[in-house]
Amino acid sequence: MAATKASKEQRYDRQLRLWGDHGQEELENAHICVINATATGTEILKNLVLPGIGAFTIVDGHTVTGEDVGNNFFLSSNSIGKNRAQAATELLQELNSDVSGNFVEESPDKLLDNDPEFFHRFSVVIGVQLPESTCLRLGSVLWSASVPFLVCKTYGLIGYMRLVVQEHTVIESHPDNALEDLRLDQPFAEFQNHVKSYDLDSMDKKDHSHTPWIIIIAKYLEKWFSEHNCQLPKNYKEKEAFRQFIREGILKNENGVPEDEENFEEAIKNVNTALNLTKIPGAVEDLFNSEQCNNITSQTPSFWVMLRAVKEFVHNEGNGSLPVRGNVPDMIADSQKFINLQNVYREKALQDAAAVSKHVECLLQSVGKPPESIAEKDIKLFCKNASFLRVVRCRSLAEEYSVDSVNKDEITSCMDNPDSEMVFYLMLRAVDRFYQQHSRYPGVYNYQVEEDISKLKLSVNSLLQEYSLNVNIKDDYIHEFCRYGAAEPHTVSAFLGGSAAQEAIKIISHQFVPFNNTFIYNAMSQTSATLQL
Amino acid sequence: MADAEEPEKKRRRIEDLTEKMAVDGGHRDCDWDGRWNHVRKFLERPGPFTHPDFEPGAESLQFLLETCKILVIGAGGLGCELLKNLALSGFGVIHVVDMDVIDVSNLNRQFLFRPKDVGRPKAEVAADFINSRIPGCKVVPHFKKIQDLGESFYKQFHIIVCGLDSIIARRWMNGMLISLLSYEDGVLDSSSIIPLIDGGVEGFKGNARVIVPGMTACIDCTLELYPPQINFPMCTIASMPRLPEHCIEYARILQWPKEKPFGDTGLDGDNPQHIQWVFERSQERAAEFNITGVTYRLTQGVVKRIIPAVASTNAVIAAACATEAFKIATSSYIPLNNYLVFNDVDGLYTYTFEAERKENCSACSQVPQDLQFPPSAKLQEVLEYLTESASLQMKSPAITTTLEGKNKTLYLQSVKSIEERTRPNLCKTLKELGLSDGQELAVADVTTPQTVLFKLNFTA
Repeated sequence: MAATKASKEQRYDRQLRLWGDHGQEELENAHICVINATATGTEILKNLVLPGIGAFTIVDGHTVTGEDVGNNFFLSSNSIGKNRAQAATELLQELNSDVSGNFVEESPDKLLDNDPEFFHRFSVVIGVQLPESTCLRLGSVLWSASVPFLVCKTYGLIGYMRLVVQEHTVIESHPDNALEDLRLDQPFAEFQNHVKSYDLDSMDKKDHSHTPWIIIIAKYLEKWFSEHNCQLPKNYKEKEAFRQFIREGILKNENGVPEDEENFEEAIKNVNTALNLTKIPGAVEDLFNSEQCNNITSQTPSFWVMLRAVKEFVHNEGNGSLPVRGNVPDMIADSQKFINLQNVYREKALQDAAAVSKHVECLLQSVGKPPESIAEKDIKLFCKNASFLRVVRCRSLAEEYSVDSVNKDEITSCMDNPDSEMVFYLMLRAVDRFYQQHSRYPGVYNYQVEEDISKLKLSVNSLLQEYSLNVNIKDDYIHEFCRYGAAEPHTVSAFLGGSAAQEAIKIISHQFVPFNNTFIYNAMSQTSATLQL
Repeated sequence: MADAEEPEKKRRRIEDLTEKMAVDGGHRDCDWDGRWNHVRKFLERPGPFTHPDFEPGAESLQFLLETCKILVIGAGGLGCELLKNLALSGFGVIHVVDMDVIDVSNLNRQFLFRPKDVGRPKAEVAADFINSRIPGCKVVPHFKKIQDLGESFYKQFHIIVCGLDSIIARRWMNGMLISLLSYEDGVLDSSSIIPLIDGGVEGFKGNARVIVPGMTACIDCTLELYPPQINFPMCTIASMPRLPEHCIEYARILQWPKEKPFGDTGLDGDNPQHIQWVFERSQERAAEFNITGVTYRLTQGVVKRIIPAVASTNAVIAAACATEAFKIATSSYIPLNNYLVFNDVDGLYTYTFEAERKENCSACSQVPQDLQFPPSAKLQEVLEYLTESASLQMKSPAITTTLEGKNKTLYLQSVKSIEERTRPNLCKTLKELGLSDGQELAVADVTTPQTVLFKLNFTA
């Protein structure tokens, strides 16, 4: 057992550094369903099996053809004639013995007819190359069961993904460029006391040069406050003056030449960002105002209970601010000064988290749940990430497809731009329409390419008419989509395979932020767009 | 119109046409019916967005399967994906170079390798896997460093795709292809150009670029896009640690050479016993300074400079690179011009732009690089400029020149005896070394296969 755990840590080391052991655990407890083991389907699966997804199930009623084997790494020529779900499962399973691979030799339509609840067991369902009718049926079942649904399609040189999830909460969004939470504009008592313990004017050179820039700015801010009616430096002129003010604090040698004090240079460099007002991000305020936050019941997921507790904190102990994050960036300082400063912020963060914990307890009690329902460490993690919380809500497919709720504005405004990828979304919809009418895709055989152009054009026009979309689609796109002949080139499948798998991992791990809600990749121009439809 | 035909007639017509499609091109003994259907649609059909030079027909597929020679550099995260992608796109002859052997930590993304392959050369295992899974595709492995292969090797390829994890190696490859360019009367001979497709990944970020040597921006033209790796200052490590990383570097840089815990061996990041030793020493140091956060994982990460990696990002970037290889080999579409950036931390983000050539690029501009120094400057200053400037970022440049008709080495670091002999030159001024205004210096470095020419410009 220990040997397996150690070897798993080694095997997964490079990804554990991204989503941690807890993220990996979520992944290993997940069971994913992929419908249709086409090249796109197996590429998605590869990128889930390799990182160690707990289990996968392939649903596919098709038989493997020569064409299938040609673009699919997980089918071989001796699987021609066999069921595609079974054939692909064998070669995918072989990638990672930690993963449990399953297959169902059935079309999704049949399953929807006979046993729609089959799909309820999955963490995420990924539908690949599904015709519109199947997509919508499945979408409706999964929406009611609150199972996240990811629709994927490779069509010629176009890749398409649609995420359908009602409400997806993210505590650990891991933002790329987070601002520091230093509270220099509204220093808390413990920090003020700590700053008091420094007397810059009486320090020896060594200490002076190794005082953290945060302390320096705090000190100079105090002086500035007393001379400027307790107002922070606001505009460029004042900030420049403030920087100069700090610069004058640099020690000078016997000849009046300023010494080399890197910590002061750091302070000057950081003036701009350090003086940012501590604010609750708009996105978090929106969450505070949402229904789920204000209506806590015994069914409420812990995310909202914790959010409500943070909201209570903000209105009480927090005096209008979120719990202190507790991190400080590295800076020039001697070890002791740095550690002491870091501890001031860390202890304040712990204090704030404890206050939030009390609110969590109250809330849980008020709905008859035991206080242990939400672990201390989860509350701490939540508080640390309070500024970065994200909630993704995607519209249902029904809403996207309904004439009453179609997002006309998004479609028409994108189509105003000739370079927009929106035209490919409309072409994919048109092609689906063509399939519905003719039970085949346009231009599959060479002789069909020319003839299908006018038929596809009719599908395009009927689509635009049905949704009253006053947009123009150039004939070139219609020709190109006939030319594609529903081909699924491997490299486009592979691009989508990587993209979709990572979105699924985001959903399962609740780390990093999923897209909302339509992603289009154009391999011709190597461009992409995210649309909200 | 087909739909109006009788079903039987229609069925027979479809059969005939399918057969015709199967017979035309791509029907080697190893090919089965319909194998290349997905690819053929892009090669045998005209279209409104194709490259102006594109001519639909059966020849392109033939070319891919039997004639085109493509080289993949690296058989790791990107390399495995590239080999699969190229093989399934029709490329029939693929060479792959990689100097590494397989490690357990590769298995989360380098899918051509299994636990039983640990220790074996990546290039060889990768080639074996593809050759067995994709009948008719011939992958030829080279268990070598790219620098061990020369002009005559690289010259044979139509396209080169890089999936490297080192900027130095990229620059070397870039330099090699530039050195293959031939000019006649100042005009670039297009048959000497080998397009280079380069992919890079780091966590959830990646990029893919197309380089046409001599024509588009090269790796060195955009060197500033790769800022130099920042190491912690020695005084912080030695006397003022604040972060757990500082404690680890202390154990690695200062304690290991001093205490030689395993004899005279260098610290081997892949040796768990070595890492354990560093981990324990780091913990001790951290305890001394009340620093928290030293873990085994962090220790290994710092010592080996580990970059986190996942299968998904590798898949995306390799896919983009292979798409470009296909476009270029078949002239089916206008290739990426010329740089794609990808990031899926928050949703999925791509940005495509045209990186511009640098007029005085040290690799591809063909003009001698300008070195501006006063005659009183010491050679040491020139050396520092070569290593520290953002546009040059050389690693250990060897500087030679011609004095009194003879070749003279001013400073060379990589050979101990020559380093000792030429070290005193570092403290001498350029004037003292006998250098004059306008003097040409030839500089060799690992970042380039060819020496770079510099012209000394004396300032006041």
